[in-house]
Amino acid sequence: MEQQYIDLYKAHRGMIKEHAAAVMNASRDEAFARFARLGFPTTKIENYKYTELKPSLEVDYGLNFRRLDFPVDPYQAFQCDVPGIDSFLYFVVNDGFYPETDDRNKELPEGVIICSMKEASEKYPELVATYYGKQSGKKDDGLVAFNGAFAQDGFFMYVPKNVELPRPVQLINIMRSDVDFMANSHDLIIIEENAKAQLLVCDHTQDDVRFLANRVTEVFVGEYATYDHYKLENTHNRMTNLMTLLIDQQASSNVISNVITLHNGVTRNTIEVALNGKHCETEVCGMVIADKNQTVDNFTSVLHNMPECHSDELFKYVLDDVSKGAFTGRLFVEKDAQKTRAYQTNRNILLHPSAKMRTKPQLEIFADDVKCSHGATIGQLDDNALFYMRSRGIPYNEARLLLMNAFMADVLEYIRIFALRDRMKMLVEKRLRGELSKCEGCVICQ
Amino acid sequence: MLVIKNLHANIDGKEILKGLSLTINKGEIHAIMGPNGSGKSTLSSVITGHPAFEVTHGTIEFNGTDLLELAPEERANEGIFLSFQYPVEIPGVSMVNFMRSAINEQRKYRNEPAISATDFLRLMREKKELVEMDSKLTNRAVNEGFSGGEKKKNEIFQMAMLEPKLAILDETDSGLDIDALRIVANGVNKLKSPENATVVITHYQRLLDYITPDFVHVLYDGKIVKSGGKELALELEARGYDWIKQEVEA
Repeated sequence: MEQQYIDLYKAHRGMIKEHAAAVMNASRDEAFARFARLGFPTTKIENYKYTELKPSLEVDYGLNFRRLDFPVDPYQAFQCDVPGIDSFLYFVVNDGFYPETDDRNKELPEGVIICSMKEASEKYPELVATYYGKQSGKKDDGLVAFNGAFAQDGFFMYVPKNVELPRPVQLINIMRSDVDFMANSHDLIIIEENAKAQLLVCDHTQDDVRFLANRVTEVFVGEYATYDHYKLENTHNRMTNLMTLLIDQQASSNVISNVITLHNGVTRNTIEVALNGKHCETEVCGMVIADKNQTVDNFTSVLHNMPECHSDELFKYVLDDVSKGAFTGRLFVEKDAQKTRAYQTNRNILLHPSAKMRTKPQLEIFADDVKCSHGATIGQLDDNALFYMRSRGIPYNEARLLLMNAFMADVLEYIRIFALRDRMKMLVEKRLRGELSKCEGCVICQ
Repeated sequence: MLVIKNLHANIDGKEILKGLSLTINKGEIHAIMGPNGSGKSTLSSVITGHPAFEVTHGTIEFNGTDLLELAPEERANEGIFLSFQYPVEIPGVSMVNFMRSAINEQRKYRNEPAISATDFLRLMREKKELVEMDSKLTNRAVNEGFSGGEKKKNEIFQMAMLEPKLAILDETDSGLDIDALRIVANGVNKLKSPENATVVITHYQRLLDYITPDFVHVLYDGKIVKSGGKELALELEARGYDWIKQEVEA
């Protein structure tokens, strides 16, 4: 499997670099060497034990090294599931930043930069070089290394010191192709000292072909800065979505990340939050609703590197049919990270005897003055509660829905954009009813 | 209204009801008493359709409908209500959502339009006053963190909201202090009409001081072994159940 990509890289190294953001080329060969050494992760590797990627990686995907435009106008073709969110709106088609932007995006505050990685590295080479690869470059992970070798572009966002974005930023990733297709992109998000921003990333598929996206997102959050990262996946069953989200938090910063998988094929989210200054606060949350043969693996790490930080982690899954879920909650508390408060909860409901859930809290605590807790449960809907509701005239299916919605409600509390929270409540309910509006490619999901 | 004939029911393969017959007409209040383990709660579970119980023999008709053919929610919408001995906590589901769903399902069943928001709130307020329920409780999740007394009041509140034809109160008096008992009983009495019927399942005469039964039945070993007027309850209070057991076994 790896060999074809190794050969491909060797044959097209020049073309890949020629069409890529210059700053991303500097470490490209190094990343490639790492990939050649590591290969793709297999289930023999502890961190990928519960997600079999082989069937996804064996597909013969097309790649677009020449950066040709795909014929699509996302503004026309695409009806987003989260309309009415007053946002700065951007599209990435496969791995290319869609050039035309909304007029309203001109209302961005002065100094804020949102563009493609390619444009950013041409116009602001020093800024980009200061941050690019600072987190991902150290990762001994085959997917991240692969991304470093093959990603040519991505989404760039920079919010300078003391600037607060008046509206959330919405980034819509659309997979669009007539043949099986792979996209690699590397996003870079920089929130400087005392700045404030919210980003909503939506992942969608448009065509009935097999897709694989391997995206790495590096986020740097400065001192006293506040950042929200919401990720909403609503893709079809032939999508393999591999995401690595790396967040670096400086002192007294506050971050929420909420990763929601509503509908998907095979999904692996690697989320790592490093608390690199005192008094950081972070909330790492997510939910999964899966059925049929969908697979979702959320692999999370919270690194308490400095004292007096507070982390809260909450993930909830509802799994039906033969779907598979996995959750890993790694928590590291460094020796000097005294007065750490870290809490972790993972709760899961299996609606069908064939659904599977693997959950693993993994706490490694080297400091001695900390407060940490973790809890993981796997169960079914409460039969007593179901009967109680039915005895009041609420039909079985409605009663189940009420219970499932109630189960997911607290994850949605971790959304600080109220319009988005309301919209998500509705989407979750629709999904649980099996009525989620399907994107075009989703006919095959029914 | 309710006609039960020769009812046999099992749970986990163990027979609990062993040929129970009972007829209840509208306007009547029936008390069912009996020692622990005689099958009182099983009877209420079987009437409301709890899936854990299996009816092996006999019939239950409710206003001419074969009740055993109906799902629990259909029975509820036909007008049967059970005040649970142990009301269930449902974290995350608000009382308001829960009640609105129940009311609207009932309306749907009767081909009536959904209730408007203002009508619903007015109805909630009225019925809360009836059972002297703290207004704040309806802003919380169903029964979550309610005290024993609050849970029982909440059962009667739901009964008031749904206005059933047949209400079964399963040990509604257990765990209540004197004041709460009075409030709950008052609520039940206010909801009483010539058109509906009430079954009170209890261990003690105490509740029957407040809710006066027309008939008292003694349930023992899965059957009704003795029926009488309200004086039977007083006799049971004075003499216990042993004399009845002896009569049955003789």
